[in-house]
Amino acid sequence: MSEIRYENFFPIEGGTFVNAGDVSSRIKSILKNLGIGSEVVRRAAIIAYESEINIVSYALRGNIRLSVTPDAVCIEAKDEGPGIPDIELAMQEGFSTATPMVREMGFGAGMGLSNIKKFSDSLEITSEVGQGTHVKTRINMAEAG
Amino acid sequence: MKLEEIAGKLNLRVLCCDEGLSREVRGGFVGDLLSDVMANSREGDLWITRQVHPNIVAVAVMKEHSAILLVQGGIPMEDTLSRARKEGVPILGTEINGFEAAGKIYGLMNP
Repeated sequence: MSEIRYENFFPIEGGTFVNAGDVSSRIKSILKNLGIGSEVVRRAAIIAYESEINIVSYALRGNIRLSVTPDAVCIEAKDEGPGIPDIELAMQEGFSTATPMVREMGFGAGMGLSNIKKFSDSLEITSEVGQGTHVKTRINMAEAG
Repeated sequence: MKLEEIAGKLNLRVLCCDEGLSREVRGGFVGDLLSDVMANSREGDLWITRQVHPNIVAVAVMKEHSAILLVQGGIPMEDTLSRARKEGVPILGTEINGFEAAGKIYGLMNP
């Protein structure tokens, strides 16, 4: 386990579409200020954004934990929400349980979790129906040039 | 190519933040699905969309787009404009549709 260079928690309220993107924007500037490479920052920003939108769209509340070690950027999203009954199905691009209102805004296209997978080096999802969901991602510094 | 050159040649309306017209447009992206735009657009892109709600500004800021172009006469919500002013993201508008707008801008940038 390598030493943590930076760590922070960002709380997110469910349903706050107007502010959606604020946390991921902050995460992006923090990583830039830490001097992290632009490709890692780009991938982290996408993962943070999708995680934030998932919490806003589905959960009552949640938080995103950002941690940076010399080897990796880790983004962890934890929420109190409905949970995901079938994670494999939810991972399929195009599958979505978003409401029509959320879809009209251009969210809920069923690309969130698949984008998180695509832009991370490792992904771990645990979820309990009626309790919430925990999504852990890691982006390696070295592999992402 | 500078944003103001594209705006001038295509007669685009500047709905917000004309101080950003000197920005360099490096490419373009067309999309209304925010996840798609987040994942696949690039820094410096001129983002062409039909979405008019405030979240488009958050996406454009995150992706460091040069500007947002609202097609088919899309009118930004008041919240969208105030966010764009705060963040300094130029928003342009046109009556033509996304297909025509993308084609014309591509043609200007790749003569």
